[in-house]
Amino acid sequence: MAVLSCLGLLVLVGSAAAFLIWAERKIAGRIQDRYGPTRVGGRFGWLQSVADGIKILGKEDIIPASGDRLLFRLAPYLAFVAAFSWYIALPFSDRLVVARTDIAALFVVAVAGLEVYAILLGGYASGGKWSLIGGMRETVQVISYEIPLTLGAIIPVVLTGSMDLVAVGEAQKGGFWNWYIFHNPFAFLGFWVFVTAAAASLNRAPFDLPEAESELVSGYMTEYSGFRWAAFMLSEYIAIFAMCLLTAVLFLGAWHMPLPIFEWFGWKSGNSYLHYWMSHIFEAAIVATKALFGAMVLMWARWSLPRLRIDQVMIVCLKYCLPLGALAFIGCLLWQTLFPGGIFSAVINF
Amino acid sequence: MAKQQSILPAEQWESFDIQTEELLVNMGPQHPSTHGVLRLVLRTRGETVLELTPFIGYLHRCAEKIGENVSAQQWIPYTDRLDYLAAMNMNLGWALTVEKLLGMTVPERGRHLRVALVELDRIASHLVAVGTYALDLGNFTPFMYCFREREKILNLFEQISGARLTFSFIVAGGVRADAPAGWVEACREFLDQLPTTLSQVHHLLSTNAIFVRRTAGIGVLTKELAIGYGCSGPVLRASGVQWDLRRHGEPIYTSLYEDYHFEIAAPNPSGRYPPAEELPLPPPEAVVGDCWHRYFVRMYEIHQAAKLVRQALEKYEDSGGPVGSPIKHTHKLPKGEAYLETECPRGQMGFFVVGRDSPVPWRVRARSSSFCNLSVLPELCRGAFIADVPAILGSLDIVLGEVDR
Repeated sequence: MAVLSCLGLLVLVGSAAAFLIWAERKIAGRIQDRYGPTRVGGRFGWLQSVADGIKILGKEDIIPASGDRLLFRLAPYLAFVAAFSWYIALPFSDRLVVARTDIAALFVVAVAGLEVYAILLGGYASGGKWSLIGGMRETVQVISYEIPLTLGAIIPVVLTGSMDLVAVGEAQKGGFWNWYIFHNPFAFLGFWVFVTAAAASLNRAPFDLPEAESELVSGYMTEYSGFRWAAFMLSEYIAIFAMCLLTAVLFLGAWHMPLPIFEWFGWKSGNSYLHYWMSHIFEAAIVATKALFGAMVLMWARWSLPRLRIDQVMIVCLKYCLPLGALAFIGCLLWQTLFPGGIFSAVINF
Repeated sequence: MAKQQSILPAEQWESFDIQTEELLVNMGPQHPSTHGVLRLVLRTRGETVLELTPFIGYLHRCAEKIGENVSAQQWIPYTDRLDYLAAMNMNLGWALTVEKLLGMTVPERGRHLRVALVELDRIASHLVAVGTYALDLGNFTPFMYCFREREKILNLFEQISGARLTFSFIVAGGVRADAPAGWVEACREFLDQLPTTLSQVHHLLSTNAIFVRRTAGIGVLTKELAIGYGCSGPVLRASGVQWDLRRHGEPIYTSLYEDYHFEIAAPNPSGRYPPAEELPLPPPEAVVGDCWHRYFVRMYEIHQAAKLVRQALEKYEDSGGPVGSPIKHTHKLPKGEAYLETECPRGQMGFFVVGRDSPVPWRVRARSSSFCNLSVLPELCRGAFIADVPAILGSLDIVLGEVDR
């Protein structure tokens, strides 16, 4: 069963990444007043990612002579595995989760930092100075942003009282006013700290320094070609989708609709096997929609913002994200102690 | 006021717990942000640049020597290839130099057409400068917007000259041909919609918080240093020097701009510009002579050049008569010499020609503005971060075709 669900997940995640790569190009095109892909697979170029994949497989595979052959080969698959392991604990609905564990939140945050090994290895094994600088930047950035990221992720855990992501999702049932982003002002602050840190740890603009093409020429990816490059690229988008899923589960009401219309109208899914799975797939579609919306916002930011400098990235982390994250965390703790329940229920009770 | 990063003295480096080795890295000649085939060798410590040395010559094509083997008119296409982003300006510089040697004047209608073309090309060139600068700082979108507008200018140039980059259109004696029917209206149409894009670029760059952080206070070029290194054009003006050859040049050049109204795009010591419509105010962090001002001077000049084109088109329509005709290839250059500098988008481009009573000049020399502007780069980059190197280099806006010639 585990193997089957992993295979299913692989297909799902792979197609999500392919879709995101296509969407990135299409959105970039629209923002920049051009068309984006139009040729492959009909008017909107749906199959662009597939065509790119086939093209990439035919590319010459180069390993730099000065590089470390073993580590150079290892790095992209490490990146892929790191990005893919997120999904082991990420729930799509209260039943659609590969492995429901009590420490899912901890696992996910821990796995989020794994990618840094791949990029540092890639940068080091390429045997180039620019690639090495790219890898070093990535290390500094990801390790620093782990802290605000964790501080942000711990808020829903505190509010729920469980590290089980399914429990976190279920606790936000019934309307957007129950979502943790609107739970209390500190949680709202924590959400933005989490989003900033997430963008930074995903190396998305304006924090995409490791692959800054203007000075580093794509950083650690410079020397990669063919399928290894594709593995890096895929894992980047897989991680984006995973991070957006995590954001949706933690803060944006997981698989619940913004308005609980099913409950209002008294609609219930039937008891049959088909009904059961249909309702879960519907829930998965909701959480995926939220995640895709998050990914769109990341793309929007990427195509309209310049890139920060490495010291400015660190300043954003250490001077703003970290204190604000700590404030949000402590605020949420106090809030939970003083008025348990969300701000809406607090107002009503008052 | 933000200060420029300075390198720590050696003893302070020694006091750090973690010592990093100095690293010698090579930037270019195949590097996307060196804007052509420029090679920079950087001695770095961590992310700090201790020393930067530019190496040039990868695009040297013996342009000057070729000029001594062909007639003056035949060298026009070679001037196109000096600053290939502002070929009209290059053509004009050489044409005026030859005209100066010959003591010729061009009919009024031709002069106004020349101004219209040159200023349109200035807009096109600055659009590339601003767009690629945005690209250097990691923002792709303004680049596409700027290139879209530039494309429209190139279409206009294609209508009038048949070429999109190397026009060879302004020649000694006038211009090659009069504008085709409907060209002036097409120009006006372009100018009418240009402000929309410019305000988008202002939103995305001039006032964008990240852009300001990346450029304000970075690579500060003082007035003295700028003059000392012979910088010119937007680089000089951004340092607060009120100097524009269109006003302060030789009569043969300034006479072109006699009845035109425009502001010299240079900040005053407090960092303010002459008032102009729809322009954002400089951010408080910007220091006169930094990357932000060098960028903004170009944006300002685009606005001014658009005004100049409008005036030129009006005067061109009002004036009758011929536009001038090219001198023959066999036209003899008299004995004597002439030197003339003109205000090109990248600075003062000078041409020197020595005649020997033959169509082929005895000596041709081109004084490049980009070369002088590039020479100040090591000064500006000392103590900056690696990420600032593209920011500073991009703000100098060099064209290697002109540096190497």
